[in-house]
Formats: sequence, structure tokens, C-alpha cells
Amino acid sequence: MSAEVEAAVARAFREEWGRVVATLIRTTGDWDLAEECAQGAFERALKTWPRDGVPRSPGAWLTTTARNLARDRLRRRATGAAKLEEVAMLRHNDEDPGRDTEDESGIHDDRLRLIFTCCHPALPLEARVALTLRTLAGLTTAEIARAFLVSEPTMAKRLVRAKAKIRNAAIPYRVPPAHLLPGRTGGVLVVLYLLFNEGYAATSGADLVRERLSAEAIRLARTLVRLMPDEPEALVLLALMLLHDARRAARVDGAGELVTLEEQDRDRWDRDKIREGEDILDAALRLGKVGPYRLQAAIAACHATAASAADDTDWAEIAALYDGWRGKHVLHRHDPGRENSIMDNLEVVRRWKQRSTRR
Amino acid sequence: MRYMLMVYQDEEEFVAMDPGEVPDDAEPMPWVREMDARGVLKSGNVLRPASDATTVRVRDEETLLSDGPFAESKEQIAGYVIIECQDLDEAIEVASKHPAAGFGTIEVRPFWE
Repeated sequence: MSAEVEAAVARAFREEWGRVVATLIRTTGDWDLAEECAQGAFERALKTWPRDGVPRSPGAWLTTTARNLARDRLRRRATGAAKLEEVAMLRHNDEDPGRDTEDESGIHDDRLRLIFTCCHPALPLEARVALTLRTLAGLTTAEIARAFLVSEPTMAKRLVRAKAKIRNAAIPYRVPPAHLLPGRTGGVLVVLYLLFNEGYAATSGADLVRERLSAEAIRLARTLVRLMPDEPEALVLLALMLLHDARRAARVDGAGELVTLEEQDRDRWDRDKIREGEDILDAALRLGKVGPYRLQAAIAACHATAASAADDTDWAEIAALYDGWRGKHVLHRHDPGRENSIMDNLEVVRRWKQRSTRR
Repeated sequence: MRYMLMVYQDEEEFVAMDPGEVPDDAEPMPWVREMDARGVLKSGNVLRPASDATTVRVRDEETLLSDGPFAESKEQIAGYVIIECQDLDEAIEVASKHPAAGFGTIEVRPFWE
């Protein structure tokens, strides 16, 4: 296979996996079937793209192929009338799949539904993280198990249980209604932040799977920002992750040891990422309402834009930001509002980290 | 989709509560009326305390009885409600409005159907 086609399949996998799975979950209501058929569609791409060329719109091609696979399987499974009805419904729901890109919004909605369902608070936190990685990012069970230092059967069981609960307890496949949205959005952000931290905090060895967690967290945050452009917290979290990630290359020396912020070679920081992080942070601030991720992001921006640690860092600004953070902490104890739930989320991250270090 | 709400509360507080003088914040009737009017409520009841419970097992064709609840713990089932909801989100909303959610714990279990 030519390197070009191989790269196209890899790119399609990164960009389209979550979308294909999300659409199939909506049309079939069956999470396992959706995953299997998405997998099948990518396998078919590996076979046919080298021969027929990369389709003009890989996402539409993959979705159509996966849908056809799902229809065939459901038909084969269809023994009773109910199953036949399902097949009929699937056909009925099929908006013309050839007409891909114009239908962006519908397809995007499916991914948003999937994010919110994976991060439903009735699922245990570990399962939310694992399910997000499996269904949205397309990591294999083995890869997720490796990233979280558990055995593959343990991780497989965790995923099976989570999917069973979604089905048996009727966790709805939807974006929550307005009155639930703020709390649930905070819950999605905390899962993304956990993913990012799991990947970023890893210093031992160069485990590519863990590195991929940070990349997937950023990718999912970008998706969330595109889908919810008016949600300042999502923007801020994306900025925070970019500003941290920009320093990735300088954080570890040749021997794999952690390098402190003061001693990092600032020439190795990714200037483009820093600039993007700053721009996104500015955009979020223009939207008004601020939460605690904003303070962390602002602190990260101060560090990331200083040419040297001692002389150029705006320490006064950082001190003021930290004060602001603490002030908010106290304030929120008396004001159980929206931001409070985000403080709770940060607390979840802290506890999670403690647990991971004990592991 | 049907769910059973199992209402757990501190057994001592439950026993001490005089049925005629339930404090306002524990009075379930407004909730019952609201959920009934919404068409969510199917059935439900308050149970006698765990000290009135008997557990039954049959082993080797012998019926074994013991006095008290299945599991000894501070919180015991004080009542149950069966609701019919659209999905888990609605069931959670209904459960969170039950007065006992404010002092006890409510377990939401989907029916096997």
C-alpha cells in the first residue's frame, strides 16, 4: 500500500472514527454493533482504498459502509418481527449518506450526543474515561488498559459493564436539556481534563499510548468547542491544555527525567501552540462568565509567554491570579452556583491523581 | 421504562418517627400527588422497620428463618416506589424530588423488561 493511502486511512481513523460510531449508535441503538461496524468499515477501507483511490469524502464513505454493514447484520439477526422493524427503521432513518458534508450539523450532533452519554454521571468515573477513549477516540481496549495500568480483561469488563448500564438503565443518548446542561458540561470537561493529565503527567518511559491520551483530549476539546462555541469553559479548557502541551518537548530531558519550569529550554516550547492557546483564552474571556479553569489557563499563559523564568515572568500577575483562585474558592463555599460544580470537578481530578500515584 | 426507587434511611430515625407527626420536610404526600398527576407513579408503600423483617432461605430442603433484615446496616429500606419514566434522567429527577432524598438515600433500579 502506498504511504499516501496509508496516511489517508490513519487520518480518517483519527478524524472520523468517533463520528461513524456516534451515527451508528443513533441509527441502531446498539453500541457493540456500532463499534464492530465502524471497525469493519475501516478494514474495508484498508482493502479498497489502495485499489480504488481515497474517496473524495472519506467520512461519508466510512459512514455509508458502516451503515450497510449494520443493516446486513441486523437483517441476518432479524428473526422476530421486532427485529425486522428495527431494520426498517434503520432504512427509514438513513438520510442519503452520499450527501455528506452539507449535513455537518446532524452528524456533529451525534458526536455531541455520544460525548454526553459517555460522560453521564450515573456511570463510574473510570468507565466514563474508558468509554470516551473507546467510542470517540477509537483506542482499543488493550491500549486503554495499558494507559491506565490495568489488565486487558479488567478494562474489557469495565467497558462491557458501562455499556450494559447504558442499555439496561436507559441512559438517554442525547445532549442534555438546557436545565441540566451546565452541570453535565462540567462533567464532560473533567473527563477531558483527566485524559489530558493522564497523558501529560506520564514521565516514565516514552509510552506512546499515554502520549496519545493528551492528543486525544485536545482533539476532543476542539470538537466540543466547535460544537458548543458559546461555552466559555470548554474554550478555556482547550486553551489550558494547549498552553501546557506547548511545553511538552522541554519537560523531559534525554534521560527521561522531569525538567522544572525554570530550567526548561524555552526555545523548545511550541510557539504556535502558545499563540493559539492565548488567542482561545482571549476569545473565552470575551464571552464573559469565568470559571476556575480560566485562572489556571491564565497562569499557564503567563509562564508560557515569558522568555525566561526569573526575569521575564510576570510574577505579580501570577500571584494575583492565585489570590483570585483562592478567593473564588472561599466565595463559592457560600455560593453554591454553577462554578462550584467545576470546583468539585477539580477536586475529582485531585483525588484521581492521588489514586493514580498510589497505584 | 419502569424503575423501582428503594428508599433507604437511618433505621433509628425511622423507628423514632411517629407516623402521625412526620416532619414537614419528610412528608411524602405532596411528592406522591405531584408524581401521580404527572402519570409517573405506578405504586409504592412504606415498610415496617427492619426489626419486623424475617429472612427466608431454603437449603437442603430445609426452610431456614432468621429475624431481622438481610444485611445489618445503619440504613435500611423504609419504603419503595415504582415509577414509569422516559429514561434514567427522568427517573433521577423524580427520585431527587422525593423528600427522603434530603435525609436518606434512594436507589434507582431499572426493571428487567
